[in-house]
Amino acid sequence: MTGEKEKKVVKTIRIDIDKCNGCRACEVICSAFHAEPKYSSNNPARARIRVIREPYKDQYVPVYAGDYTPAECAGRDKYTIDGKEYDECAFCRASCPSRDEFKEPDSGLPLKCDMCEGEDEPLCVKWCLSDALVLEQREEEVAEEEEQEELEVGLESLADKYGLDKLKDTLARMSKSKKG
Amino acid sequence: MRYAETGVNLEIDLTRGNIERVQTDPKDTELYLGGLGTNAKILWDRVPPEVEAFSPENLLIFGAGLLCGTQATGCNRTIVTTISPQTKLMAFSMMGGFWAPELKYAGYDKVILRGKSPNLVYLWIHNDKVEIRDASHLQGKGSNETAQIIRQELNQPKAQVVSIGLAGENRVYYASIEQGRSSASRGGIGAVMGDKNVKAIVVRGTGDINVAHPVEYLEQCNEVLEYIKWREDNPIPGVIPILSVLGSPQEMAIHDEKWHTENFVWGNARVRRRDFWTEEVAKDWHDTLESARTRMISCHNCPMKCGATLTLPGLPTYMMKCFSKLTYTMAAFSNLQFGLTIAQKATEYGLDGYSTPQVMAFALELYENGILTDDDLPGLPEDNEERFFYLLDLIVNRQGIGDQLANGTYWAAKEIGNGAEEYAHNCIKKHEQLPLKLGMLNPIYFLMYCTGEKMNVTQIEGQFPQAPFPKREHREKFVKDWFQVPHDKFKQYFLDWELRGENSMPYYPTVEMTCDIVDWMERMHYIDDALGICAGVSSFHLKPPYHIHNFPKFITYGAGIEMDEAKLTKATKRYRTLVRAINIRRGMRRKDDAPPADHWKKRFPELEAELLDTYYEMKGWNKEGIPTLASLYDLGLDYVGEDFLERGILTNGEDAPAEEAPAGKE
Repeated sequence: MTGEKEKKVVKTIRIDIDKCNGCRACEVICSAFHAEPKYSSNNPARARIRVIREPYKDQYVPVYAGDYTPAECAGRDKYTIDGKEYDECAFCRASCPSRDEFKEPDSGLPLKCDMCEGEDEPLCVKWCLSDALVLEQREEEVAEEEEQEELEVGLESLADKYGLDKLKDTLARMSKSKKG
Repeated sequence: MRYAETGVNLEIDLTRGNIERVQTDPKDTELYLGGLGTNAKILWDRVPPEVEAFSPENLLIFGAGLLCGTQATGCNRTIVTTISPQTKLMAFSMMGGFWAPELKYAGYDKVILRGKSPNLVYLWIHNDKVEIRDASHLQGKGSNETAQIIRQELNQPKAQVVSIGLAGENRVYYASIEQGRSSASRGGIGAVMGDKNVKAIVVRGTGDINVAHPVEYLEQCNEVLEYIKWREDNPIPGVIPILSVLGSPQEMAIHDEKWHTENFVWGNARVRRRDFWTEEVAKDWHDTLESARTRMISCHNCPMKCGATLTLPGLPTYMMKCFSKLTYTMAAFSNLQFGLTIAQKATEYGLDGYSTPQVMAFALELYENGILTDDDLPGLPEDNEERFFYLLDLIVNRQGIGDQLANGTYWAAKEIGNGAEEYAHNCIKKHEQLPLKLGMLNPIYFLMYCTGEKMNVTQIEGQFPQAPFPKREHREKFVKDWFQVPHDKFKQYFLDWELRGENSMPYYPTVEMTCDIVDWMERMHYIDDALGICAGVSSFHLKPPYHIHNFPKFITYGAGIEMDEAKLTKATKRYRTLVRAINIRRGMRRKDDAPPADHWKKRFPELEAELLDTYYEMKGWNKEGIPTLASLYDLGLDYVGEDFLERGILTNGEDAPAEEAPAGKE
């Protein structure tokens, strides 16, 4: 790290849960965008945004996948907003052992929102005609920081799941068999 | 690799508790598309006309539309197909919601139920894991209640549930299958589910649905979405509010009910109240809806907000859409508060919002006219509204006279006798219809009511304006950006359509034009029903985002089946004809293609006969409404032709109508 300041565009998605109509178009288009090849498949279980829904309690909270965490919170809080009780997790962005959200359904690897890199705006925003999701951009001076690479996050989660030694062994075995 | 569809049906034999995954033939997709089309093929192949609704051999098919689970906006419909206990014909009621896409993500295009479970069960489909589970603890529970209990006990908050209430369990002929914010209500399919002893089907899927040409497909989806946005900002002028904007009729959003309350009829489809909508009523109903409604809600991947979450004092929260808002209110000559309150109970019971209020109003009419007496209705409350709650319980529990009423007005009247039949006056093919009684015959609607085997006019109409615009300049403006028409002649039909004079109803649109218009309308609905697209963003509407010109692209790019307009038109005609054939084989004939006798005051028998003759001919049906051998062969439905010959429905000398098939008789 150099510690120098640089200009960075900060993207904020304003989420208005009062406007969410619970349709999950955001999940659908997110999963399509991140498919390989792009748009070739749909699967909301791979989406990096989730609408945490409790229709009979009239709760709809769109949440974006944030960082991976190896351990769940020690305690859980409850929030009451406008007379409705929400689980703290309903607002949490973490890919966490306590729940299925933000994990690849096959591998269990964590998912993280990348704001649809390369697009004018995240596609969830574009596809939300209810304006529950609205993009805001501003410039900010920030200290340069190396971002943790996707690979590293993935490896870390595997290490947490299987132990570092097992992971090392497996990697060694894999590289051996590839060479062979 | 299969695109858009999974290529796998889940076959469940409830009698033996056997579960099988069956690969489907891609050729069938090409010929019948999916959803309704392939449902119809299965029903034809496996449910002969001797099989009755409540026979173990009857199938109950839950089919996801071909494109459900892809990015296509508003594509989320489950098409439920079986034999109806009420009409004894093919029922294909449908619902939106979230269930069909979830089924696709779980890896299946359809769930096909056969046989009868010895005790009440529910099905739990979690990707590859499929279980038949005991549901004895859910007996008598409400449909929403059931869904919530199951989600909790499986610890699967994301599971999608279709379920029946007590009405389905007790085989009420107009029981629905509920899905929280949506329901498949017509034709008594909930009763068939109850007869099979299945309380619910629960699905959770986390697999992929692939599309064949990703970039091109997305482009089509984006265009549709852009157009929806444009339509939102540019409502169609000169038509009633619910037709000017997209969506299922926006009953949950609008407060102004002048048009419905003064044009539709009240009670047992009888009384028109032309001056009903006063300022006082408007304010009262406005306040009711505002205080009950907590949120406007949507189905899977659709920006239209056609549903609402409703919470009434002291009652569990429920969800509603569309016209159930008014049906109970109007049947009981009551107010909106009553309507929304009783609808909560009816939704938990799992009942069709069209038939149920009408049956209750029918019962009260019989009582007022001495055909039903205090002996039939012991303890009938004095209060009008309470009477409806009383009847609702009687019907759902099949208690006393409720046992007859639970079969609908047609069958109840037959059993009650003593002149009751005259009061069962609002049916088509034994199924209660929207309460509308009008003046002069409308040729377009005449044909739709007669031949619409979907039993519900909103699932038949659309595309073409319901009435002429008074001024030619408005008509010219309307046709300017009307690119959805399959042919430019439709623009001319509309341009020349006048309110009065030579070019007015009933003789204009001419017989040929009327047939063209109705055929187009019906085709668009049938395409939707195969692909799983909601009529609210498609066939029900004027100038919808989906139309005959972009549908082939959706199928080509999405499902990877090369399609063009001609091929799609023919495929649609194929499975539409198959639906007809299933019903013909069950005894349906021209005499059944009739609107309620009192639907219009002024009738034109000669014109009506000509309309039917011409339309039948255009469809490839003979004078009895039976598909001809020539048209069957042309569509590749040779197997139907052979079956008709074998059964004597057709004879080889071509199409002399033989005696009616004996099956499905009253």
